[in-house]
Amino acid sequence: MIEFGYSLQSNRQIDFDLNDRRMLKYVRKNEPSIDWCMSCGTCASGCTAGATSDFSLRRMILMTRRGEEDELKTNIFRCRFCGKCINACPRGVNTRNVIYWMQQAVKNINAL
Amino acid sequence: MKFDYFVLPFTLGLVFLFIYLGITYARWFMQLDKPDRKAIGKGFFSLKLFSAVREIILESLLHRKIFRKNLLLGFMHMSLAFGWFLLIFIGNIEDRVYEPQTLNPPYVPIFFRFFNTTVHPFPFHNFFSVLMDLILLLVLAGIVLAWGKRIRSRAYGMRRTTKLSLGDKFAMVSLWFVFPLRLLAESFTHAVYGGGEFLTGTVGNLLGSFLPASALFYPAWWAYSLSLGVFFLALPFSRYMHIPTEVVLILSRHFGLKEKKEHTPLTDVEVHSCSRCGICIDTCQLAFAGGIKHVQSAYQLRAIRYQHINPAEHLNCMMCGRCENVCPVGINIKDVRLISRNKLNGYPIDKNEFVRPTVKPVKTDVIYFGGCMTHQTPAIKKSMTKILRSAGVNYWFMDEQGGICCGRPSILTGHTEQAEAIMNSNVQIIRQSGAKIMVTSCPICYKVFKQDYNLDIDVLHHSQYINQLLADGKLNVKAMGSNAVYHDPCELSRDIRVYEEPRNILEKIVRLVPSTYEKDNSLCCGGSLANLSISLEKRLEITQDALDKLTVQKPDLLITSCPQCKKTFEKASGIPVRDLAEIVASAMSATDKSAEKSIRQKKHLQASEQY
Repeated sequence: MIEFGYSLQSNRQIDFDLNDRRMLKYVRKNEPSIDWCMSCGTCASGCTAGATSDFSLRRMILMTRRGEEDELKTNIFRCRFCGKCINACPRGVNTRNVIYWMQQAVKNINAL
Repeated sequence: MKFDYFVLPFTLGLVFLFIYLGITYARWFMQLDKPDRKAIGKGFFSLKLFSAVREIILESLLHRKIFRKNLLLGFMHMSLAFGWFLLIFIGNIEDRVYEPQTLNPPYVPIFFRFFNTTVHPFPFHNFFSVLMDLILLLVLAGIVLAWGKRIRSRAYGMRRTTKLSLGDKFAMVSLWFVFPLRLLAESFTHAVYGGGEFLTGTVGNLLGSFLPASALFYPAWWAYSLSLGVFFLALPFSRYMHIPTEVVLILSRHFGLKEKKEHTPLTDVEVHSCSRCGICIDTCQLAFAGGIKHVQSAYQLRAIRYQHINPAEHLNCMMCGRCENVCPVGINIKDVRLISRNKLNGYPIDKNEFVRPTVKPVKTDVIYFGGCMTHQTPAIKKSMTKILRSAGVNYWFMDEQGGICCGRPSILTGHTEQAEAIMNSNVQIIRQSGAKIMVTSCPICYKVFKQDYNLDIDVLHHSQYINQLLADGKLNVKAMGSNAVYHDPCELSRDIRVYEEPRNILEKIVRLVPSTYEKDNSLCCGGSLANLSISLEKRLEITQDALDKLTVQKPDLLITSCPQCKKTFEKASGIPVRDLAEIVASAMSATDKSAEKSIRQKKHLQASEQY
């Protein structure tokens, strides 16, 4: 490869060491079924809170895995706990408890 | 004045107990809000006091509710509570009759036989001796039964008893010692000084024949006094706090105090009134079907009282209300648990941001509200629209597009502020629609619309509304001739007790098979929205157990009137599970169908005219 001394794109490698895993570990400890999620999005498709806001459990779980605290903070409290997602989930994730512990994780982020 | 040093442990314990109780109750009273304090003040001078005293005698002393559960268990509680009360009461009368002139300190009637070893004859002297012996025998029988219950609780109708904490065990053992020690002390006294009746006299003679009674009788009185003193010291910090607090609870209940949404002194009273008798444990489905034995109300009320709540255990409750139904003290367990859940989970929110109304109100007579769960069981909403149409009802399907929550799940999980935001937004829509009646298919929604919204319109569950339609002749159904068992959903059973309407409808269509688990004793399907932390496997175990119990008589159909129950049962049931609305819709006669057709045409015409 010819070295031009510069490249078109900046470094696109993800630094996995920067990933904040505190929340995921905390939720996983209290509700292990979060790991069963395969991000299919069935939960979000019928979601009552999702009808009026950007709330999506699929995305919330993704954000927890990535350690994106800020987005989690703005969205996770929109859940109504109506329980449609738990009936819908094909993987048997205990979705409401996952959301509950995500809320706790966001609330106590400094103590994790 | 009569005095001996051995009375000191008893007297000091008693003084401590009264000071502690006085301060605690006074503090709770001062923390009450003004209307409640007024209600209590008024209550003491009203007729309510008599009904309260009646309940105190029947429940706190005679333990009527426990008698109903099990004779032996009832007798054990009654003999301890009522027997002890009689010992004190009759003892005091005896003392009054014996020395009407002198005012004795409270320990004299308790240690009557010590201070009056040789009594000069007084009115009914023999009668009192025999009576006191008889009462002591009653209490001792209770103690022996209590020992027996520790060994074999099954004989008392209890599969499991509460696992007690160390403090409770300490207080319990000191209580076990009190009455046998009294027997010993009195018997030794009679062995030395003579006298005594069939119990204390006989035991005295027997013990005196081989033991040095004159050397033992004084230490025995010391031991008796000590055991009482220790018990009084331990009482306020152990489960025995329920003895005085239950009286306070019964009084405040009769004076009209109610649980509020936040923690009030009444909550404290309820929590302290729990005796951890463990009757709630056997009735809990988590215990008998799911094998989860450490989360029941006795334990959670204890956790609330001593403030060591474990969230995962605390949220492991289906709020089905089976425990509240059997609680002999009548504690509002569900309310107390919701209050503590709110403390645990609550957080402030931006109310405007949280709720954005998705529908515009439509002018109508009847609002039909499906609810989230109904949208997951489309057969129910289809049946309901069919029924409403063929009955010619001018209705508006409020949440046809979904996206409206009633707020009950938020309440159940302790998010009261969110629930209020949701409810306020829904109230606006309902008011603006000008409807007179609101019909909902989901008992969860039904409960919250009926009890928490304070709507000035009729809120009906669809079973009630269909029953009305049938009674008014707007709907006709044919018998189908299959055997069916009806499952009472939690909210329609112990909460609001809608028992007759669904059965009324079903009797017209199917042959109803009776079940032991119906009405107040109905089971939870396991799909309860109140339980956050239960695992799906345990949930399934509970569902399976409930199904097995309901279908003992091998019916062809399982009918319920809750979409969530239907959804949950469907996963595990061997027989078809149907909602009441589906049954009615499929049993509607042909004339109704033509009526429906004409209405549909009419609507179509109207629509095209408008267009």
